[in-house]
Amino acid sequence: MRRVYMDYAATTPVDPRVLKAMKPYFLKYYGNSMSLHSWGIKAKEALEESREKIAGLMNANPKEVIFTGSATESDNMTLKGIAFANKERGKHIIISSIEHHAVLEPAEWLEKQGFEITHLPVDQYGLVDLKKLEDAIRKDTILVSIIFGNNEIGVIQDIEEIGKICRERGVYFHSDATQAFGKIPIDVKKMNIDLLTVNAHKMYGPKGVGALYVKDGISIEPLLHGGGHEFGLRSSTVNIAGIVGFAATAEIQKKEMNEDARKQTELRDRLIKEVLKIEDSHLNGHPKKRLPNNANFWFAYIEGESLIIQLDMRGIAASTGSACSSASLEPSHVLLAIGLKPEEAHGSLRLTIGKYTTKEDLDYVSKVLPGVVENLRKISPFKRGWK
Amino acid sequence: MKSYNPYSKEVMKHFFNPKNVGRLKLPHGTGEAGNLLCGDIMRIYIKVKRDKKTGGRRIADIKFECMGCVVAIANSSMITSMAMGKTLEEAIKITKDDVLKKLGKVPPIKIHCSILAVDALREAIYDYYSRNKLPIPSELQKEHKRIQKAIKTIEERHKEYTELEKKILKQKSK
Repeated sequence: MRRVYMDYAATTPVDPRVLKAMKPYFLKYYGNSMSLHSWGIKAKEALEESREKIAGLMNANPKEVIFTGSATESDNMTLKGIAFANKERGKHIIISSIEHHAVLEPAEWLEKQGFEITHLPVDQYGLVDLKKLEDAIRKDTILVSIIFGNNEIGVIQDIEEIGKICRERGVYFHSDATQAFGKIPIDVKKMNIDLLTVNAHKMYGPKGVGALYVKDGISIEPLLHGGGHEFGLRSSTVNIAGIVGFAATAEIQKKEMNEDARKQTELRDRLIKEVLKIEDSHLNGHPKKRLPNNANFWFAYIEGESLIIQLDMRGIAASTGSACSSASLEPSHVLLAIGLKPEEAHGSLRLTIGKYTTKEDLDYVSKVLPGVVENLRKISPFKRGWK
Repeated sequence: MKSYNPYSKEVMKHFFNPKNVGRLKLPHGTGEAGNLLCGDIMRIYIKVKRDKKTGGRRIADIKFECMGCVVAIANSSMITSMAMGKTLEEAIKITKDDVLKKLGKVPPIKIHCSILAVDALREAIYDYYSRNKLPIPSELQKEHKRIQKAIKTIEERHKEYTELEKKILKQKSK
């Protein structure tokens, strides 16, 4: 049976070139970057060289890049670190209603600590209304956090305009670019970004490595106190091999990103066209302003978890925002925020592709999916309409 | 090695090849349970045959329809298989634990799906009794009240939700 991985937004395989670059840092150059001897110096060199490469992919200065253990950590560090370092200036934070849980949950936690959170609504495509953002910014607003490219529906925000508004109003602007980094061009200077969350494993690098760009001069509190690694902002023995892998993939993606994006956009649009031939199927997110590798649908009258398990049985890996697939039994907040009803969100399917996805893979998915949807609809009490 | 598949082989078997799927033409009783909020809706249809000698009533045919997750579908398949051929008195007594025992491992958060299957079956039997103006066992009456109340609470939650949605949309159009 053919096996097709359509869940690149969950995680990606490591590029063999990346693995090759990492290997010596497990076996030969295993020193601690804080050690004084030549083993340590070798590690420190690799660390700083990697920092330059990551900075290079976002047009930052290397000293503005802090390595972390994950995108979740980078998001947490931003929300909590900015809140606690700037609470004398104000206690108001603005986030969009389609943030990843790594932003939503720290924001909720901050609310319990006496901070005030505004959730910006989005339109039917998931786009933040710039006018609403301007209206929401107050004198005591310290941070605006808006996801660059959404992990579920793939919508890409007008980051440059959002950055401009925040800069003019003197508010820090953070963007979670976990899904966008290495896939589409990001320029923190041009886009007026103050903090940017990135990570390796969504872009063919290893898991367990992230980074946070913090613009020079911004005051932020660390989450982890200890030996003073990463300019005192993230204590922990530095994960050299992982970071070398992150840098290797950044370097590769810098060269190959545009061609990858062109190819994947073409494949994605073909896939969307094929899938929408299924009766009562709908596209979630924006038709154009979306990540090159993301397609997201909802199918009426069926439930997502069943769909995923049926697809898995046929060798296809995918994802859903159905309540039954979550621990909370609530459907995806992102799908609800773009106006889907719970029963519609239940039938959602996310298909995300990557640089190893072929036309044949998608042909297989397009062939299998209609039958699977049909099977589940046969079982469903709803056939046409919710009665 | 320990299996981390959340579902047992039996669950998967019933999910991939569910028994008794469909709708009965002119059913003698229909029961529905579940809610669109959590994504699971279950309908059970029954035909009842009366034994001429003993006067007992048995489930002669049973079908289900379900919009739901893996466990919801497996449960529907299992409970309809279990109820087929049973007397109404016996069928009413099937509990979620009976179904779960036969299905094997189910994650705790999915146990409510088994309750839905039991509810749908009991509602179908209740429907049969009330259509035929037969005396309804007091236990079943209590069950019916509980199930209907549960549906109502869910509808209220749903109403709250749709109102919130309207409010957000209004905010947007401002």
